[in-house]
Amino acid sequence: MLDKHAKLERNALAFVFAIIFVASIGGIVEIAPLFTIDETVEEVEDMRVYTPLEVAGRNIYIREGCYACHSQMIRTLQDEVERYGPYSLAVESQYDHPMLWGSKRTGPDLARLGEKYSDAWHVAHLINPRDVVPSSVMPSYAWLQRNSLKYEDMDLHLAALRRVGVPYTDEMIESAAHDTYGQAKPDSERADAFMERYGEDSNVRAFDGDPGHLTEMDALVAYLQILGRLTDVAHQQASNSTGGE
Amino acid sequence: MISQLTRDERALAMVLCVLLTLFGATLGLVGRDDVLGWHGALLALSGMVLLIVIMSKIYDPDPNPDRVTKYYDDPTKVGVIVSMMWLVFATFVGDWVAWLLVYPEATFDAGWSSFGRLRPVHTTGVIFGFGGNALIATSFHVLQRTSRARLAGNLSPWIVVIGFNLFCLLAVTGYMFGITASKEYAEPEWYADLFLVVIWVVYFVLYLRTLARRQEPHIYVANWYFLAFILVVAILHIINNLAVPVSLGHAKSYSLFSGVQDAMTQWWYGHNAVAFFLTAGFLGMLYYYLPRRAGRPIFSYRMSIISFWGITFLYMWAGSHHLHYTALPHWVQNLGMTFSIVLVVPSWASAGNALLTLNGAWEKVRDDATLRFMFVAAVFYGLSTFEGSFMAIRPVNSLSHYTDWTVGHVHAGALGWVAMITFGAFYTLVPMLWNKERMYSSRLIEAHFWLALAGTVIYVFSMWNSGIVQGLMWRAYAENGTLAYSFIDSVDAMRPYYFARAVGGFLFFLGGVIGLYNIWMTTRMPAVEKPPVYDLPPVVAAEPAE
Repeated sequence: MLDKHAKLERNALAFVFAIIFVASIGGIVEIAPLFTIDETVEEVEDMRVYTPLEVAGRNIYIREGCYACHSQMIRTLQDEVERYGPYSLAVESQYDHPMLWGSKRTGPDLARLGEKYSDAWHVAHLINPRDVVPSSVMPSYAWLQRNSLKYEDMDLHLAALRRVGVPYTDEMIESAAHDTYGQAKPDSERADAFMERYGEDSNVRAFDGDPGHLTEMDALVAYLQILGRLTDVAHQQASNSTGGE
Repeated sequence: MISQLTRDERALAMVLCVLLTLFGATLGLVGRDDVLGWHGALLALSGMVLLIVIMSKIYDPDPNPDRVTKYYDDPTKVGVIVSMMWLVFATFVGDWVAWLLVYPEATFDAGWSSFGRLRPVHTTGVIFGFGGNALIATSFHVLQRTSRARLAGNLSPWIVVIGFNLFCLLAVTGYMFGITASKEYAEPEWYADLFLVVIWVVYFVLYLRTLARRQEPHIYVANWYFLAFILVVAILHIINNLAVPVSLGHAKSYSLFSGVQDAMTQWWYGHNAVAFFLTAGFLGMLYYYLPRRAGRPIFSYRMSIISFWGITFLYMWAGSHHLHYTALPHWVQNLGMTFSIVLVVPSWASAGNALLTLNGAWEKVRDDATLRFMFVAAVFYGLSTFEGSFMAIRPVNSLSHYTDWTVGHVHAGALGWVAMITFGAFYTLVPMLWNKERMYSSRLIEAHFWLALAGTVIYVFSMWNSGIVQGLMWRAYAENGTLAYSFIDSVDAMRPYYFARAVGGFLFFLGGVIGLYNIWMTTRMPAVEKPPVYDLPPVVAAEPAE
């Protein structure tokens, strides 16, 4: 064995190929099947895509590094289920490019944050967390309320998302900028058109409390309010398993 | 430095600078409506500055033709200094964000200075800025000595050093602008990722071409690790960063993978960035500088073979232990746990090999702070690899995951192992490089050692405490069967530990400042007449019996 190795270490190229070969096995065995085994991600019918405003909000969530302190993955542990809600299923992040499961909970998990608090609570909390949670260590994000949302290019964002596999229709892509605006401006023509495309159940609200100005706050709150609500399957599964057959 | 390049090489360097400027200008132009425009301008400006610097020396005489008979250490010199500057910068940012968790208001009302944007500045600055430069610098030095050959190129080492630092600059400035792909330790966006691929290919080709020139029949152990570092990091980087940009004029891209597949790919990357960036490369450093400094050969050649192939094979399976109890299929979680536990064997073989090499030189460990740095590094390497395997066990992970325990574990590795072995290597290397008798001040090395050690111990202990307290509070039940604590209760309980952690971090930062000062002052000392021992072939392990 050692003799063979002594030969190997005299040949740089052979050594290079040996490293590539040995290092590739683990990834091939563990990752490749995740793309081919059907059970890896559940199939559910009511799974919906993010609206353009929610995509924009998600991008702000990413930009500000929220994932560094908040996970979006409830583990299959009793205390987590009792604290946060039904454990997360693979399908719930099916359209998350990239996923934001996180690795650290300096703050609580956000996987089921949607509609847990009011829009006004979120806005106040994001402007100064200590106004609503006195001992919070979260940074304040006051500039989100000041910054206008850049939304003119949302069609390009949706088109890119379709290229990586999110089923947006041509119509959704074409009207992405209008829809972004419409979702945060209730009782407008654009809001009606938005609801026609994304369904009556979608949230159409002036999320930051000011319908006249589309801000980054609108987008982020719209995103936070949809967390855990793209599909109902996790709740259904939880009530089936506890409800007694 | 430029005078060490021939006029033809200088001309070629100028062409490359022009290309960089054009590339930056194009990026700036197509991305003028996006934050991408700023990065284009930054690259164009860098290209122009480099161009002017080279132009100012274009008519200097050609270097002495006998340069080819000497080792080429200028890029290593720059790498060492830049690495220490990154260390000071990145630990400063790290300590700042540590204080933000104690005093959340201690920052500006602006995006760039908030915790979420500065945290990746800290991690990238330390891992890539400090660690990456240290690896590139020492790998060039070790490669030449153990091969008894000069680097196979005069310009390409500079492409690697300067290009890599431009990548780091794009990364950390990007986060502050709000440009991030959000994948932990792989946050730079698509154009920076592509730029790094080009740099990395140059690095790999340079490494192989130099190995091809070697005068030694065997490739020394340290180079196995550096090779694994270069190759596997390339594989990880390319696959994990596959993404579709919004347009060529947008910095933003969307990851090719989503959800569970993305999570697995990310932590396959994340864990192996630890393995092949923060472990393999630094083991390469250990295998050269520790025996040099101790004046003893590596204890066991067999153990180095076993640990090398063990680490190369096993680590790549271990990433899924970051995803226990998640929506990742159970079979992958179990594979990850199993391989993580087995991983302690090659890890301890390496740590044991290092410590047994020191056996018989303990009086040197006692008296020489430089060697003591490397000794403590090997101890922390053993401790944190054991801790890592322990934390990968599912029930343990149910407590430790998402808590500060993970942060403590990472810092036991990063401060205790990665930084300490680098300091030991630098204090060994710097007098050799600049041809000095010794470091400027051994008392400052001593001071750095104790600050670094105290800082690390305070840091790790406070994070152990906070992590375990957090984990226990989250799962505690009251007598009536409801959860005993709200989340904010656990945040309140963290206060003393977060304070202690920031103090520990400050001590470590202070040590880094002293280290940089000491290295800088060493470079300004008078050189010794003739380098007596430094360029002899290094101490290598005994050959295997034929």
